[in-house]
Amino acid sequence: MAVAVRLALIVLLLLGPGGWGHTEPSRDSLREELVITPLPSGDVAATFQFRTRWDSELQREEVSHYRLFPKALGQLISKYSLQELHLSFTQGFWRTRYWGPPFLQAPSGAELWVWFQDTVTDVDKSWKELSNVLSGIFCASLNFIDSTNTVIPTASFKPLGLANGTDHYFLRYAVLPREVVCTENLTPWKKLLPCSSKAGLSVLLKADRLFHTSYHSQAVHIRPVCRNARCTSISWELRQTLSVVFDAFVTGQGKKDWSLFRMFSRTLTEPCPLAAESRVYVDITSSKQDNETLEVNPPPLTTYQDVILGTQKTYAVYDLLDTAVINNSRNLNLQLKWKRPPENGYIHYQPAQDRLQPHLLEMLIQLPANSVTKVSIQFERALLKWTEYTPDPNHGFYVSPSVLSALVPSIVASKPVDWEESPLFNSLFPGSDSSSYFVRLYTEPLLVNLPTPDFSMPYNVICLTCTVVAVCYGSFYNLLTRTFHIEEPSKGGLAKRLANLIRRARGVPPL
Amino acid sequence: MAAAGAAATDLEVVRGKRAALFFAAVAIVLGLPLWWKTTETYRAPLPYSQISGLNALQLRLMVPVTVVFTRDSVPLDDQEKLPFTVVHEREIPLKYKMKIKCRFQKAYRRALDHEEEALSLGSVQEAETMLAEPQEQAEGSLTVYVISEHSPLLPQDMMSYIGPKRTAVMRGIMHREAFNIIGRRIIQVAQAMSLTEDVLAAALADHLPEDKWSSDKRRPLKSSLGYEITFSLLNPDPKSHDVHWDIEGAVRRYVQPFLNALSAAGNFSVDSQILYYAMLGVNPRFDPASSSYYLASHSLPHVINPVESRLGSSAASLYPVLNFLLYVPELAHSPLYIQDKDGAPVATNAFHSPRWGGIMVYNVDPKAYNASKLPVRVEVDMVRVMEVFLAQLRLLFGIAQPQLPPKCLFSGPKSEGLMTWELDRLLWARSVENLATATTTLTSLAQLLGKISNIVIKDDVASETTCAPLRRISTRLTSSGSRFGTWIQALSSLKSRSLQPRSGCPSTGGTWTQMLGVLSATSSRLPSSA
Repeated sequence: MAVAVRLALIVLLLLGPGGWGHTEPSRDSLREELVITPLPSGDVAATFQFRTRWDSELQREEVSHYRLFPKALGQLISKYSLQELHLSFTQGFWRTRYWGPPFLQAPSGAELWVWFQDTVTDVDKSWKELSNVLSGIFCASLNFIDSTNTVIPTASFKPLGLANGTDHYFLRYAVLPREVVCTENLTPWKKLLPCSSKAGLSVLLKADRLFHTSYHSQAVHIRPVCRNARCTSISWELRQTLSVVFDAFVTGQGKKDWSLFRMFSRTLTEPCPLAAESRVYVDITSSKQDNETLEVNPPPLTTYQDVILGTQKTYAVYDLLDTAVINNSRNLNLQLKWKRPPENGYIHYQPAQDRLQPHLLEMLIQLPANSVTKVSIQFERALLKWTEYTPDPNHGFYVSPSVLSALVPSIVASKPVDWEESPLFNSLFPGSDSSSYFVRLYTEPLLVNLPTPDFSMPYNVICLTCTVVAVCYGSFYNLLTRTFHIEEPSKGGLAKRLANLIRRARGVPPL
Repeated sequence: MAAAGAAATDLEVVRGKRAALFFAAVAIVLGLPLWWKTTETYRAPLPYSQISGLNALQLRLMVPVTVVFTRDSVPLDDQEKLPFTVVHEREIPLKYKMKIKCRFQKAYRRALDHEEEALSLGSVQEAETMLAEPQEQAEGSLTVYVISEHSPLLPQDMMSYIGPKRTAVMRGIMHREAFNIIGRRIIQVAQAMSLTEDVLAAALADHLPEDKWSSDKRRPLKSSLGYEITFSLLNPDPKSHDVHWDIEGAVRRYVQPFLNALSAAGNFSVDSQILYYAMLGVNPRFDPASSSYYLASHSLPHVINPVESRLGSSAASLYPVLNFLLYVPELAHSPLYIQDKDGAPVATNAFHSPRWGGIMVYNVDPKAYNASKLPVRVEVDMVRVMEVFLAQLRLLFGIAQPQLPPKCLFSGPKSEGLMTWELDRLLWARSVENLATATTTLTSLAQLLGKISNIVIKDDVASETTCAPLRRISTRLTSSGSRFGTWIQALSSLKSRSLQPRSGCPSTGGTWTQMLGVLSATSSRLPSSA
């Protein structure tokens, strides 16, 4: 019964965010939440949300006193008369085909879109100043936002919170796809959290783990929301979200199991004392569907069911404020184990080391009849050292052929063969039984075109240099060192005398 | 034939010479100016001579003192001589290129009827409120009332009284040399209430040689158009302490009146924040004798830096930030005391850092732990905290404790915590400081531009330089500190490209006459146009 009441309460919270907190005495509140979703591809997605709600009208009050809401952002709202602010930094791309729909996707790089209040007269100026200030706060290159990459969408990007009018004149949107997200962006983001990274869920936010992931997206969303159910006054909501996708499959040696410690290299030690709500949700939907294929440890006290993004989902809920879940002597290290290992499941992957060893990928797959199986591998084209190129690099580089070793069921049952008696072509591969035979197939070698440098360049340079030296330097040197002097007519050499002798003899005037 | 050939060759030679000459002439006449013009760097004209004239400025700070004599204060025949004016001028000896003279202009006059009436009242406070009513005193001026020697207005053993406004009361004397004696006493009182060497030395601290003035003088904030005051409550241990502070009320009650009084010195904005899990950078030492923890004075400089990264820079303005931190030590390090150089605990448990702000350690009452389990709810006693912070705020603005002459009754500041004459003093200091900064900035700018001959000087830079009202300096200079701030802003934007676009000159017209005559500067070199 208690569980049911709690569930109803949660549903109520989700349905009406504005209806929450009317009994809350303090003027601001913090809720934090971590959703861990095992993805169909074997990866694990972790989505953190920290929501600070502040019952204050920032623009009206002259003196501002901040408790949980960060001062830096609060000052921005009042100085630039912001209606809404959405800022995200993303590394990687959410692969919807393999990972399913995201809670909140963001484009690669930095994205900023802002609704200004209709009291702002010069929106472009405010936008420019705001992006500069944000660039300082988040240590990002948002200052490169200018008129060349700013657009004013007219139909999309409607306000997400309360809004009086939606005149798109007050909207600005910009994306910087080149922005590289790294630790220096995460640190100021963490500083905005009331518990910093000392307690609660934010303990898990360790930069060296969060950036070794397939997808990393951190965002800040500020919007006005209703303070109570009747929406008589507004509150400000700051949502800080962070989504990461861990490549659990590769790092876990082909197993899809995970634990908090393995993903974040931390465990949850204490709840954030400032949070009104601090929960961890683990998606265990597949457990319900496929008859308990997975096991979560410690077992959840409550579960939560709802239709999320169009599908029925079941979550195991861990309330960190509950002393049974987490206390002084006990850390929370959530673990998820798949009970039945996937059937067609042996994958061995040994990554390459540059110039030492090649990649090795071995898969044991049971193929259904009349099916096509595609194995694709992504690779990056890289430049080699210049001495490592073959004499004809434009021909391409060979990747050794793939090997397919298969035990093919035979159509006709053959009689067992005598190893020594049968023809040699029949006894190449030892057959275990008569119902199948062994085949090893090789694919064609793959010829990959790698980027090649312009090898004619040294030749060109040598040619040019030689020409320059020959033409300019040579003639100049010649000019400088050659001396001109008038030759005195002399008696002449032996040849001349000889010639004159002959001439005299013949009666011709001498030379 | 040969002669004709020779003549033709000669003609050819002459033509060649002419051609060469013409070519050279064209190159020189046309090419040289063209080359000169096209490669020239644009340098807008700057008033160099006026800027160099700034160094020879002579400042004369004028303090008008009105001395009002009541009926029985001095002998009758002396009263006959009233009213008259005495000027007392002296140079303030500072090792600064600008000569600063202080000129007390004492106007002696008889008391008017309503003044007589007020001064015959029972207490000095009543008299003061009654005197203050009819007219507002000019900024920077002083009024000294000389009352009868045996007047009951002051307590028996007191010779004089200094009020919170620009008034003082002093006993007269029945003596032949009454005016001389009183004159000396007035100077004493004026020294306490008005311009002194120390004030100016503090204002010029950055421009004076280091050895003479200690680092104490460098404590006050530099002059600026405005200031941001941030109160931060640091709670490193929210698991044990649930700290509440009524900062809204405290700001409204204690800080805002003070800042309102100080509003002439700049725009102030106040905000507050609570930072959780914000640690000090230093581990406190344990003192087994008192079973408490302490921070030694030499480790205090290391406290600030790690905290500062959490404070967050002010994103929304360019004004300097003053930080006041209230640190509630974690349970494991409670109670925590700050020790001074001798090892004794500091009474206020607070310290301040020059031009940065102050830190106060607030220990939770140990009785609170017995009663309930963690976290303990802590209500901060804001009176205690604000006393310390306001004292620090006064220090950071360079408002020192006044040095009183002997046998002087001192009223103490009113509710806003700032006496009017203290504000006058601050404005004086600010004016002198701004003048010195402006002079230095302009002079070094002119030097720099003179030294680098091919640097481009754009028109907007030049216009900002000329906007700086140089001509007005040469004649008359009045001040309210904030106006000077505008000007300084204009100057500083010359050097660093300020974010704020400035259009045209800052309008200064109205306020120049506001305090006319209070502070006047004359230059020996610049032509006077007044």
